Amino acid sequence: MSFLSNIFARRQQSSSVAKDRLQILLAHERGAGEAGESDLIRQLHKEIMEVIARHVAVDQDKVQIKVDRGSGCSMLEIDVEVPQELNGKRGS
Amino acid sequence: MAKVLVVTSGKGGVGKTTSTAALGAALAQSGQNVVVVDFDVGLRNLDLVMGAERRVVFDLINVVQGDARLSQALIRDKRCETLSILPASQTRDKDALTSEGVARVMDELREKFDWVICDSPAGIERGAQLAMYHADMAVIVTNPEVSSVRDSDRIIGLLDSKTKKAEQGEKVDKHLLLTRYDPARAARKEMLSVEDVLEILSIPLLGIVPESEDVLKSSNVGAPVTLAAPTSLPARAYFEAARRLSGEKLEVSVPVEKRGFFDWLFKRDA
Ligand SMILES: Nc1ncnc2c1ncn2[C@@H]1O[C@H](COP(=O)(O)OP(=O)(O)O)[C@@H](O)[C@H]1O
Ligand SMILES: [Mg+2]
Repeated sequence: MSFLSNIFARRQQSSSVAKDRLQILLAHERGAGEAGESDLIRQLHKEIMEVIARHVAVDQDKVQIKVDRGSGCSMLEIDVEVPQELNGKRGS
Repeated sequence: MAKVLVVTSGKGGVGKTTSTAALGAALAQSGQNVVVVDFDVGLRNLDLVMGAERRVVFDLINVVQGDARLSQALIRDKRCETLSILPASQTRDKDALTSEGVARVMDELREKFDWVICDSPAGIERGAQLAMYHADMAVIVTNPEVSSVRDSDRIIGLLDSKTKKAEQGEKVDKHLLLTRYDPARAARKEMLSVEDVLEILSIPLLGIVPESEDVLKSSNVGAPVTLAAPTSLPARAYFEAARRLSGEKLEVSVPVEKRGFFDWLFKRDA
């Protein structure tokens, strides 16, 4: 038994990784619906841009939004590159 | 000069997505900047095979429609920093891809990368034609089996008539990649032979990728086989194919049946 399970250990490993990955992915695709989530992110992106634009001229390219979907929770990472002049102003 | 490469076949399930990921990762590991682009709108899978499915925010359609910048939709591979993926949309309608929008995105990708590798959807309809339209080179993925060869023949016809190159009176540089090749069945003559397929399709051979469980294991863990199992037989075939795409002249080796230790010992050099 343990001899057999040793032989198949590697295969089980990769298939259980596959199962975990699929469960996380499908939970997101079925749940809120993927379109729903990316609409939310698009909305967030737009509003964050608006808030930033009130204070400083910033290129749409300089605001990066990333997600990392996990089984328990998802990470939303917002990366704003602040122009040099603004750094200066705050500093003085 | 950036090269746009389409991975296409007509028939589904022959190994286009697997080959896009494997060739992309092989070229990227040689230090070239590579992006793999998923054109299979509605049935995207390239992100899953590459292990990027949890990181998708924007996709090709968002960029084509101007809802996101290209840089926001590109996902950089965590294992290989010269490799990026541009995912397809899972939910949107495939008609959302306009020819003009795709042309603009392809121009932008050409500026950023050395290789733009487009994973085509199955079929010969609009989606497959959009994926191939901007190609300089094509990898035609074929299994040694009658319906796959027939579909490849039709795709070759489209590459010679419905691409930008064809419209300009030039030719797309076409290469045949035989995949899911089973040496044991080939030895028993149950499959079309490599020679048969080459004779029928008459395009140069890029490589022969054996049927292998390493391909399945790699997609389970979300990595191209050339990253997850770089010394495996299919990975070696993909690495060699990538070198040929880069212009190296290498003899193509035919995978032989592994019968036992001695066969392995005396196996022809790969
Ligand atoms: N060389 C191979 N050995 C074993 N299985 C393979 C090989 N190439 C592809 N496959 C499997 O075949 C199936 C279809 O492959 P895929 O790349 O998704 O094809 P396509 O994109 O042409 O539809 C997948 O399950 C994949 O893991
Ligand atoms: Mg596919």
